[in-house]
Amino acid sequence: MSKGVLVDLTKCVGCGSCTVACKLWNKREFDKDSPAVGLNPQLDDQNWTTVSFNEVQKDGQPVWRFVKQQCLHCEHPACASACFAKAFQKTPEGPVIYYPHLCVGCRYCMLACPFDIPKFEWDKSFPLVTKCQMCSTKVAEGQAPACVSVCPTDVMTFGERDELLALAKKTIDSDNRYVKHIYGENEAGGTNWIYISDIPFEELGFRTDVTTRPIPEYSHDFLKYTPAVAISWGALLTGLYAYTKRRNKIAKEENKDVPM
Amino acid sequence: MSAHAQKWSFRITPVRVLMILIAALAAAIVVYRLIFGLGAVSNLNDQWPWGLWIGFDVLCGVALAGGGYGTALIVHILHIEKFSSIGRSAMLSSMLGYILVLIGLFLDIGQWFNFWRPFVSWGYHSVLFEVFWCVSLYTTVQVIEFGEIATERVGKKWHSFFKKILPVLLVIGVLLPTLHQSSLGGLYLTEVGKLHPIWWSPYIPVFFLMSSFFVGPAMVCVETALSGWAFKHKADLKVLRGLAKIGAVIMLLYTILKIVDFTSRDVWPYIFAGGLEGNMFLLEITLGVLIPLIIVFSPFGKTRKGLVTYGALTAIGLVINRLNVVITGMVNYYGPGYVPAWTEIVVTVGLVCGGILVYCFIVENFNIVQHDEESPA
Ligand code: SF4
Ligand code: SF4
Repeated sequence: MSKGVLVDLTKCVGCGSCTVACKLWNKREFDKDSPAVGLNPQLDDQNWTTVSFNEVQKDGQPVWRFVKQQCLHCEHPACASACFAKAFQKTPEGPVIYYPHLCVGCRYCMLACPFDIPKFEWDKSFPLVTKCQMCSTKVAEGQAPACVSVCPTDVMTFGERDELLALAKKTIDSDNRYVKHIYGENEAGGTNWIYISDIPFEELGFRTDVTTRPIPEYSHDFLKYTPAVAISWGALLTGLYAYTKRRNKIAKEENKDVPM
Repeated sequence: MSAHAQKWSFRITPVRVLMILIAALAAAIVVYRLIFGLGAVSNLNDQWPWGLWIGFDVLCGVALAGGGYGTALIVHILHIEKFSSIGRSAMLSSMLGYILVLIGLFLDIGQWFNFWRPFVSWGYHSVLFEVFWCVSLYTTVQVIEFGEIATERVGKKWHSFFKKILPVLLVIGVLLPTLHQSSLGGLYLTEVGKLHPIWWSPYIPVFFLMSSFFVGPAMVCVETALSGWAFKHKADLKVLRGLAKIGAVIMLLYTILKIVDFTSRDVWPYIFAGGLEGNMFLLEITLGVLIPLIIVFSPFGKTRKGLVTYGALTAIGLVINRLNVVITGMVNYYGPGYVPAWTEIVVTVGLVCGGILVYCFIVENFNIVQHDEESPA
């Protein structure tokens, strides 16, 4: 069954250990002009995961909440359905993996992803797309991703997605601090990384207007007509070609006959 | 014809010299881009992965070059012979248009030496896969179709062969564009919730298809006016008027479908809200659809001037529409973080100049205008 991670945002203290672990494991560079942690960190080709600091209101009091962001490893990944070279593929274990040698660099995946995760190496001569791979080699061996295992406050739980969902439900039901929404349960048709929080998700920069319908279905709904349209339209065109040509020929011959 | 030997000719005029210079500058930028990467010549970024080259060079280029398939349908499939005098020039500009689109696409991909990958790594679940296959196949078909014209002058012994396979090519050559004109719109189906609701619609593939069809006659009107001015050849007014009428009918259907779509998705409030999106849409539809419709059905539409105005407005409206989908409609989601770099603009203008120059060369050296198509050989 497919693995996932449950992120409990109430537990995060914003230390940024996870972003460091990610860089070390995936050999990403540190760039002080583009930090992975802080008030407005950006995912980019070197930052596969970020932790943003958000000052929000809780019961009329200002409080800080820290949000870890990375690829959500969708159950029905839009990036994979958009890629025309199969450079993105969903593995049965959960991770959505990017294979650089297949990539053409068209960047359609970046447009298709509802969470704007894939990033591009804009300063390279032969740029590739990059994103969190959920440490797929570790996951394949049953281990948690690098970021999960270093977290000092146990923000993240690694496990079977359905078990995590059950755990998330139990947590938010038994503790009324939590908002009654499991982010990732239904977003974009469901994701393998899911979040719970005590602050409404939209206040923390989450995109809450994401369709719950898997995005690949939108394109499938269109593409499924292609073969039928191609065959019937092709047949119609051929028929019209033959028919109108013959009709013109006959018309011409008759015309010739009449005035003679 | 062409029993007597002709010399290759290419007139040099000041305008052409200017176009050659722009094209050369664009070529230099292209070389730089291929070596130093996309980031070095464009203002694209992680928030704005697609910009002018996709929006104009590809989406507009494909639609404007669509004049070829509409005309091919009317002239060669339906054999409406009164239109045949413009068949060749429409198909020529369409072929050149598609070649430019392919160049534009090639320039826009990060791993350009990997461009062939989707031919072997089948991402058939992607709408882009359909676009990619259809555009490359269709360009090939058009080049082979052009073989029938080219062999009148060079490689004459192949001429009868090309004539023989032409019907098959013509059918494929109408089929493929029908598929990919709509799939270009289909690309944006995944932008649900990102692309502004004025443009994101489950019908966007149909809108792209219909607009690509009605811009065909419009482009024919503009092109014949331009080449009439450059080559002192005037296309028959009746022919143009007939074509424009066919285009206008599709335009009317397009307008009706828009109304139905907006009503069913409750989009009207956005349109008259006075924001950037609403105003850009009003501009697009007024300039590109409503005024042209009025022209076609008014006395002005019976004159050459009227038809050229109709054609130019329709084409401009289509360009605004495609750029609205790629840029305006995304501003609300991504924020205003992209303005094309001068290098992007020069490459785009240079491509168009190059296309026009090649068009002029071919018209001067091959039998394109005033050709009586399918007359007994
Ligand atoms: S979050 Fe985006 S990049 Fe990650 S799997 Fe989903 S669609 Fe793909
Ligand atoms: S940029 Fe690469 S991974 Fe993304 S859709 Fe294009 S080919 Fe696929």
